[in-house]
Amino acid sequence: MADLKKQIIEQLNLQHITPDQIGNDQPLFVEGLGLDSIDALELIVLLQQQYNIKINNAEDGPKVFSSVRSMAEYITANQQA
Amino acid sequence: MSEHLYISSSCTINSHHVFKDESLLFEGNSVGTEWLLMVYKHFRFGYPKFYKMDNLSKLGWLATEVLLQNMDLKTYQPHDVGIVLTNKSSSLDTDFKYFETVKTIASPALFVYTLPNIVIGEISIRHQLKGENVLFVTKKFDIGFMLQYVQGLFTAGSVQSCICGWLEYFGTTIEAAMYLVEKSDNGTAIPFTKENINKIYQLTNG
Repeated sequence: MADLKKQIIEQLNLQHITPDQIGNDQPLFVEGLGLDSIDALELIVLLQQQYNIKINNAEDGPKVFSSVRSMAEYITANQQA
Repeated sequence: MSEHLYISSSCTINSHHVFKDESLLFEGNSVGTEWLLMVYKHFRFGYPKFYKMDNLSKLGWLATEVLLQNMDLKTYQPHDVGIVLTNKSSSLDTDFKYFETVKTIASPALFVYTLPNIVIGEISIRHQLKGENVLFVTKKFDIGFMLQYVQGLFTAGSVQSCICGWLEYFGTTIEAAMYLVEKSDNGTAIPFTKENINKIYQLTNG
């Protein structure tokens, strides 16, 4: 998950924080990291670019991107598939 | 009959210098985006969204922050403060970067900055401004046009105060010449004239 945090910081230009400041289960949106809708799109791009994973069902988005852990689990599950 | 207007404050940023009211505040040797980041850190502006902005927005945001230091816009209603900007290269700096991403996976974060007036939105969000705003793309810095247009806004009662300026970021060119125009003299203000606007703009050359 440490690598994923670095990728998130780079992809979203979150230069004001470091990977260790992002909790594994911390919400990424609103009250957590405070990401917005454009950031959500950039996270989709990150999955495609770094892991060649596409989210085919838009309804999965909120669950997949709820935290770094949920993203990591989604990546692991879909890379193994 | 045109009103007497005043420039209450000004900020000029070029490739290596930051001026406030025509006095040098800061200089550095970094270039491009790194220079803008250097300015941001020097003044200790705490605004995480800054990192996400494109270069044109970063430049305009920084110039406005310096411009409005020690200025109290809260004496105005949000819809009474206008923003009038001009530049030559529109949002080309970001347009080219976005075009590069389109060849693989288009970047949503770059796409939202492929309009030059997004910088006005960033400034408006930061300072909670809701007044009339516009960004004109012109071949060169046209002082006469700016003077006439801004004067017209005041005469029509559309604004009570106006953040104005030239804002150019493209290639190696970094030019921000911004000034706050108001109806009253705050004691240190200078008249809103072609000569005084030109003095502020000329600092973009060093």
